[in-house]
Order: sequence, then structure tokens, then C-alpha cells
Amino acid sequence: MADPSYPDDLKYHPEHDWARIDGDTATFGITWYAQDALGEVVFFDAPDVGAEVSKDQPYTEVESVKAVSDVFAPLSGEVTEVNPALADKPEMINEDPYGEGWLVKVKLSDPSEIDSLMDSPEYQATLD
Amino acid sequence: MTQYTSVTDADLSEMLSTIGVGSVDELFADIPSGLRLNRPLSLGPGLSEQEVYEELRALAARSTSAEDEVSFLGAGMYDHYTPALIDSIILRSEFLTPYTPYQPEISQGGLQAMFEYQTAISELTGLPVSNASVYEGPSAVAAAGYVAKNTNNRKRFVISRGVHPHSRECLRTLAHAWEMEVVEAPLRDGATALPELDDGVSAVIVQQPNFLGAIEDLTALAEAAKQTGALTIAACDPLPLALLKTPGECGVDIAVGEGQTLGNRLDFGGPSFGFFAATEALMRRMPGRIAGETKDVDGKRGFVLTLQTREQHIRREKATSNICTAQALNALAGVIYLSWLGRSGIVELVELMLQRTAYARDHLTAIDGITQIHDRAVVREFAIAVDAPVERVIARCREQGINPGYPLARDYPEHSNGLLIAITERRTRADIDRLADALGAAVAAERQTVAAGT
Amino acid sequence: MIAQADDTLTIYERSKAGRRAFLAPETDVPERPLDELLPAQYRRAEPPRLPEVAEPEIVRHYNRLSKRNFDLDTGFYPLGSCTMKHNPKLHERVAGLPGHARVHPLQDPRYAQGALELMWRLQEALGEVAGLPHVSLQPSAGSQGELAGVLLTRALHEDRGERRTKVLTPDTAHGTNPATVTMAGYEVVKVDIDAHGNVDLDDLRSKANDDVACLMLTNPSTLGLFETGIEEIERIVHGVGATLYYDGANLNAIMGISRPGDMGFDIVHFNLHKSFTQPHGGGGPGAGPVAVSDQIEPFLPRPQVVRRESTTNGKEPFYDLDYDRPKSIGRLRGFQGNYGVFVRSYAYIRSLGAAGLLDASETAVLNANYLLALLRRKGVAEYLPVAYDRLCMHEFVLSGEPMRRELHIKTLDMAKRLLDHGVHPPTVYFPLVVEEALMVEPTETETKETLDRFAEIVAEILEEAAEDPEIARAAPYTTPVRRLDEAGAARQPVVRQSMQV
Repeated sequence: MADPSYPDDLKYHPEHDWARIDGDTATFGITWYAQDALGEVVFFDAPDVGAEVSKDQPYTEVESVKAVSDVFAPLSGEVTEVNPALADKPEMINEDPYGEGWLVKVKLSDPSEIDSLMDSPEYQATLD
Repeated sequence: MTQYTSVTDADLSEMLSTIGVGSVDELFADIPSGLRLNRPLSLGPGLSEQEVYEELRALAARSTSAEDEVSFLGAGMYDHYTPALIDSIILRSEFLTPYTPYQPEISQGGLQAMFEYQTAISELTGLPVSNASVYEGPSAVAAAGYVAKNTNNRKRFVISRGVHPHSRECLRTLAHAWEMEVVEAPLRDGATALPELDDGVSAVIVQQPNFLGAIEDLTALAEAAKQTGALTIAACDPLPLALLKTPGECGVDIAVGEGQTLGNRLDFGGPSFGFFAATEALMRRMPGRIAGETKDVDGKRGFVLTLQTREQHIRREKATSNICTAQALNALAGVIYLSWLGRSGIVELVELMLQRTAYARDHLTAIDGITQIHDRAVVREFAIAVDAPVERVIARCREQGINPGYPLARDYPEHSNGLLIAITERRTRADIDRLADALGAAVAAERQTVAAGT
Repeated sequence: MIAQADDTLTIYERSKAGRRAFLAPETDVPERPLDELLPAQYRRAEPPRLPEVAEPEIVRHYNRLSKRNFDLDTGFYPLGSCTMKHNPKLHERVAGLPGHARVHPLQDPRYAQGALELMWRLQEALGEVAGLPHVSLQPSAGSQGELAGVLLTRALHEDRGERRTKVLTPDTAHGTNPATVTMAGYEVVKVDIDAHGNVDLDDLRSKANDDVACLMLTNPSTLGLFETGIEEIERIVHGVGATLYYDGANLNAIMGISRPGDMGFDIVHFNLHKSFTQPHGGGGPGAGPVAVSDQIEPFLPRPQVVRRESTTNGKEPFYDLDYDRPKSIGRLRGFQGNYGVFVRSYAYIRSLGAAGLLDASETAVLNANYLLALLRRKGVAEYLPVAYDRLCMHEFVLSGEPMRRELHIKTLDMAKRLLDHGVHPPTVYFPLVVEEALMVEPTETETKETLDRFAEIVAEILEEAAEDPEIARAAPYTTPVRRLDEAGAARQPVVRQSMQV
């Protein structure tokens, strides 16, 4: 994705991850800023379905040619789905970080954590 | 100025002026005066090239090399004939003097050579992924252990007593740091007898052929490991792999080994290279450099170091290993050697060694006072026991210009008069006959001496 | 060499069934059936698919491959941290003497006196350079030497009944340092760098406690700067009972000038392929010996090369492999180390002697400061400023961040454009504390003219970028291949030839 973009309907975490809330489940991914800093993504080390993720803790890694980055969970819960497209086309994370480049879907264990996340304008203000 | 530096007085004056200091000494102003070594190093003067050559030649003359005796020493490093074309290639400046290929555009020679080497190792081991080499055999075993540890987080290794003593010791040294237990599986009639395994075992480690030269049943050993989810690591002698069922075919997860036997010198133990090959599933956990094929912006085929995110310069404390260098030049010698041997040649070479080894074993064990330690199939090395003090027997053989093999006592006290005998293509039938005569005479004489009570 | 369309064919693609270079010696023993000697259940179904080529094709293939490499004998190679100094040609001649090259590692020590004496003399020489008396030549390369250092530390503390879990390394440390720490079973704790590019002493004080086993340091640092606070660092580290480990990557700056042992380091590691001229071979072999203090000596790897004085009058001393080392950490590798590398390094030390090694370090530091001064001139300094405004030692780090902002080319692009000028680029993007880092180490074996020319080239590239940044961004143009798709290679790795048959 060529230009920076931070959709308004998402919630953001300071470690450059986003969450799309849908009732008591959420979809996670990394922001435009994160994929731009990484460069071309070559590998996504998918967690297992059923794995527990904890807010503010890394739950997986994303690799580009020259860097490895921890991916942080914006919220706590249990992984219910992992994006199957990323095994063959990890570069979707660069091309469509908020859409086809989603990483995991999670059943939330503590929806009150959503309050601690940032809106798009707040998050953008933390960037350079 | 020395023979390698070029700063003339005129240069110096201009350079100091450009820098803006009055003397070279001022450039070291950051070093506290109490730490300046205010005397010359006690190293003596620099010598002319001729004098250095003479000194190194004099030192060379004080070691007995494979040129000076008929040697049957093996145990991981072997006296092979290496063809002249290897040196003519690896001593070229373009292979000898560059650094690791961090700028692939100007390192295609080295990177393609690594790719060709990786292919050859994959062919020998029957495993799909090989790296561009590690340091040597024994540390490769420990490196494979590290992969197993990080893959399944279990706390115990089971390693066969048939694995090279140096490899076992390397694993123990590292396992201590990982707070992992190392259990040794004994040898029974020359083959590994695995203890009962459980799900606390991270990896089972065996050697093929084992240190006593015996062919192990790798398939059965790998199967036993698989039952409990342990990885199987096989340390292999690469040349016999031309004939032997490959580690891949046997269900081994990681095959490592000492590469010296492939086109490299003895060099009193190094440098050589270690090979490291594994299943596809372990590719992203492998240590070391890996060369991969790709294209450039014009669509031209090219090669790069790939999967670098495994490595220390990127992943740092989470790296799959701390290894930085490969053994690029030695691995290059290896792939040139394998290309020289070729698909048919390697089979012919190993079959020749196989026949001569069988001949040697038959003739030696026919001698009164010499028995074989086991009767398993062997390829190029076998172990005998002599009925006399082995060091005395060796001394007598030396008098005949023969080095009859490696005494086992230090590493295998249970074989206190054992001798490990290696046959390469350089050891002719005539050499083997001489060995038989010398050993026969030595054993007979020493038995007499022992009997006479002297 | 004139490029040809088939230059990228592999040796496998040049193969044709039946071609061969090897002729086996005659089978001079009675042949027994294969099944008797090696039962079918142990045999592979098909032989390995190695190349099938005759000698001329092998020679031409690898010759042409070699010409697609840039190398040190051909051109300037200012790779920071790698010490690409000239590899003296005598060394191949002496290393090739059969009395060095064809000695089996398990030869009885009584018949390997020349080899063992060479190792012992090299140990003594390295100990003198380091300022620590006990040297092990066993580690195979720099990172294995580092591993030795950390494992020796562990052994020391265990011997004292202490259990420590952390190792400190500065933020600028070479990647092998933290990787080694993890491999040795410790946790890495990073120490900050201050505004002058040195270890932040306050930060070090706050992190040094009795759970810290060791501080791993390079001096001068990877920024090419001498740690002016080294005496205080030594006090802090020894004050908590930790060891001070010296990473010898930058030893080339101080040989004969200052000794790490005198600075208080307990363990000093060497890269023989850096300061001691072992050719880099395209990525190995090398060697990583360590020198240690008296208190660490008992833990050295096994075996150790020793000299046993004769007890009989007039008899020669005897050089031996000592296995009787009950407190040893054990082995890091097989046999006794990379002897071929020792031969070359020993020849180097004998060729230079004390005065020559001192000259090497002084000239390395002079050359680096001169080149830095050239690059601090107008036209370059505003785009590639030096990261820390001080005298450097044998290397220096520039930041390409202003160049990126003003001229729209990155350090990567500068490196690729340098390739078109027939020089190897400096190290890029290391250390991580400097943005768009460019680490330059000319070494002592370069002439002033080479340094002048390099500075000119850098200035030319910057001028060109000011006119048209696209040129550098699509560079190189004149190399055997141009920029390669590394992302593709990492996504779908192809790491071996696929075979049809």
C-alpha cells in the first residue's frame, strides 16, 4: 500500500497493531507504519488456533528480508482463526494491511480492554 | 613502513596535516596514559620472507606427515588423494580473499558455488535443505542439538557411544549450558542399543558408520525416536553415503558430519568444514548461511544469502545459532572434489575402499592374536583388538614405517588394546599386506615378551 | 571477462551422462560380491546425482565463477569490522608444506613436535599481544571464541558456587554477542551508549549486580571509538564479581599500543582472520583463539597445547596435548583447532615482529583518521556526517540520514553505486544505533592514493545524486547481476538444484 492510511473504524495499539471489533471477537493486524518499517514481508509465523494471546504481549513474529518484528496483541483472548492466505502470500501484509493482510481472529476474554486502545487520530499523533 | 604498508615520510606529513594533528601519537590520545604499553612487544624483530620460510620449513620437518609413513589413521579425518585442480581453483584470489557475500551483485561466484555445494550435500544425505557449511563435524552435532532443543523444548539428549568421542564431548559442553541431560546409549556387538525412550527426549543422536566403523540400522533408530516425538540426528561420514541408504530415506531429521574427507587437507585437524542438512520443516531453524536462487531486476538468474532473519546479524539474541562465518573456501574444495569424482566416480571410489577394507579386515583377523571387535558390515574403517599391549605393537610397526591406526584405549577403555584402522584409496593392497606383516610380527613379538615376563 | 549467456549455468546443468574427470585406481584386491560386504537393506537405491563433467569443464566453470566475484587482491575493501588487510602470499606456500598440511590430527604427539611447537609459539605470541598468559587455540572462529569466553565465565562462577543469569553487552555489540549469550544459556541485558559513543557508565552501574556474569566489550567499540572510561568499567564489573570479556574484532587498532589484559580484561578473544591475515575465503575459514588470566586458566577447553620442560639435562622440551584438565569446560570442536590458520598467522607474526605489528596498528589508525578527514570536507560531510565528533581509531561510522533526507538516496543506494566504481562498499546498517550507518575500515595495507581516490568517488556519487537520485537508486549497472529480489528468495526459498533425472 503506497500511502499511509489509518482507517477510522479500527482501534490501535502503541506497538503498531490494530484491532477490528465485532461483538466479542476481534480481528488483529499490523498498521501501515509497521509494514512500511519492516519492508517486504517474507514470512508470517502463524500461531496455533486455540493459542492464548495476552494484551501487550507478543504473540507471533513477522519477517522481512532484513528484519524480524514481534507482533503484539492489542487485546487478550483465544485465537479462533489464522489468515490462511499469508502462508503463500505474506506480502498481503504490505499490500492490504487492514484487509486481506489480517493476521488472526480472536475471541476476546476481556472486552473492557478495548477502552485502553487508541482511535486513529490518537495513534497517528504518536507517529513521527 | 613494512613490507605490507606504504606510508612514506611525505605521505605522513600530508596526512597528519589533513587530519590536523602533529604526530601519529596524538591519534591515540583517547587511551589513558596508564594503559599505554610503553615498551615493544616481546616478539622479536620482523624477519625477511626467506627467513620466515626457513623457520616454517624447519618446523614442518619436525612432524611426521602422511608423506613420511604409511598411515592407517582415520577417526574422522582421512588421508585421501586430492586432485591438483582443487588448489588451482581455491587459491585464486577471487575465491581466496573476499569476505562473506553481503553484496550479492559482486559475489555471484561464491554464492553460486554455495548453491552447488548445498545441492551436493542434499544429494548425499537425501535431505532437501542443506546450509552452506558449518565449522566442522563435532561442533555440528552440538549445533544440531541446539536446533532440537529450540524445536521441542525438551530436556534430554540420548547419544550413542558410537558417536565420535569429540562430538559427544562437544554436546556435553553445550548441554551443560542449556541445563540439559545427556544420556549415553551403549554399543552392543558394535551397534547402538537404544534405551527405552520417553517424551522427555529432545533428540536421539547416532553416527553412521559409527566410530568403530560399523553400519548402524538408522531406519530402526529413527523409527524409535519418532515414536516419542524426539528428533533424530545422524552424524555421517559423507563418502560412504555414496553407497549407504541416505539419512533422509531412513527418516532422520538432521544429518551432519565432518567434511574433511571431501577434498580437504588433513592440516593437523583443521580447517575443514561441517555439513548440516535437514528436512523442510526445520529449514527456518537451521544455523549458518544458506544461499538461495532468485532473479535480478533485469530478470537474470542470480544467487543471494537467504533466510538471513535466522541469523545473528538480524535476530541477535533470538538467532538460531551464533555462527557468523561458514567454511566457504573448504566447502568450495568439497564441491569441486565431488564434481571431480562425479556420479559414477564416487561410487567407484567408495566401492574400492569397501573392497580393500574387507580385504584388510579378513587378513588382519586371520592373524593369531588379532580379533575383530565386532562383525558388523563396515565401509572404510574397522576396529580390531590385539592380544598384546597396543602401544608397544604400534611402536614396532613404526619401526617399519607404518602407522597402524588409532589406539582406542583413551576413548574406549573397554577396548584397551583396540586399534581403529582406516583404509583410503591411497592405501594399496601392498600397503595392507605390509600392515598385516608388521602387525603380525609386532603382536607375536609382544606376546612373547609378555609371556617371558619382561 | 566478457559475460556470456550461459554464465549462470550450474555445474549440474553442464553435466552430461557418462562424462567424468576421475579415474579410480585399479581394484587390486579380490573382489567380493557387494551384497556380502554391504547387505542391500543398508544400500541406497540410486547413487547421488553428482555432476558428470570432465576436468576442462570443471576448471572453466569455476574459473568463470571466480570472475564474478570482487575480491581483496583486486580492489579496495573498506568493510568496517572485518579488517580486510592484505593476505601475504608467503602464507599459502608455507601452509602447503606437507609437514604442516599432511599431518593427521591424531598423530602421536611425539611425531608431531613441529606442529605442536608452532601452536605453542603462536599461543605465546598472542598472549603477549593480549597481555594475558594462557591461550587456547581451539575455537574455530570468532563466534566460537565468544562462546568459549562466556562458557569459561560460567565455569568460573559455578566453581565458586555462584549462579548468575545475565550477561551485559552494549547496544552497539556485533550480533554474534547476544546470539552467543543465548546459546550459552544466559539472558542478554543491553547497556546504553552515551552521547560520546562510549558505554554509558551510569547505565552500566545501574545494571551491574551479582546476577551479572559478564560484560562483553569491544575496545575500540564497533563505532571505532576507544572506551575512555575503560578503567572505571573494569572497576564496576569486577566490583560485582563478573568477568570482563574482550571481543577482539577491533584489535587491529591497538596492537603494541595497549593491551586488553592491562585494561583489566579477564578473557581476550582474537579473530585470526581479521588482524592476523587468514584469508577470508568468501566466508571462512577463520579461527577464534582466547587468552585468559590465571584464575580462568583451569577452565580452558581440552586439550590444551603445553610445553613440558625436560627433566633430563640437555634434552629438548616436549610439546604435548594436555587432556588432564579436570575443571575444563570440555570441547567446542574436534581435534585441536584450525591448524592451517595457525600456520599463516604465525608466519605473519614472524614476518612483522614487534615493530611491524605496532606499525600495522598505527597505520590502521592513521589511514582511518586520514580518510575520515577527507570525508569531513565540504560536499560530503553535510550528507554523510560522522556519527560521533571525535578522533576515531581504525574505523569510523558515518550516518547517511542527511543524505537520505536531502538527496533522496539511502546508504544502501550509496553502497550499490560504489560497486559501479570498482570498490567494495563499507559495512552498511551496522551498528544499529546509528541511522543509515556506513562503517568504514580502510586497514593499514592501503596506500594514501587509494584513500584519496575513495573519497573522490564518494563525493562524485553525492554530486550525481544531487542531480539525479534515480541513478544510485537503480544501481549497480556494471556488475555481473544487478539488484536481486531478496524478498522472493526468502518467501519461496530455492536452496538447491532441482534435478530431472
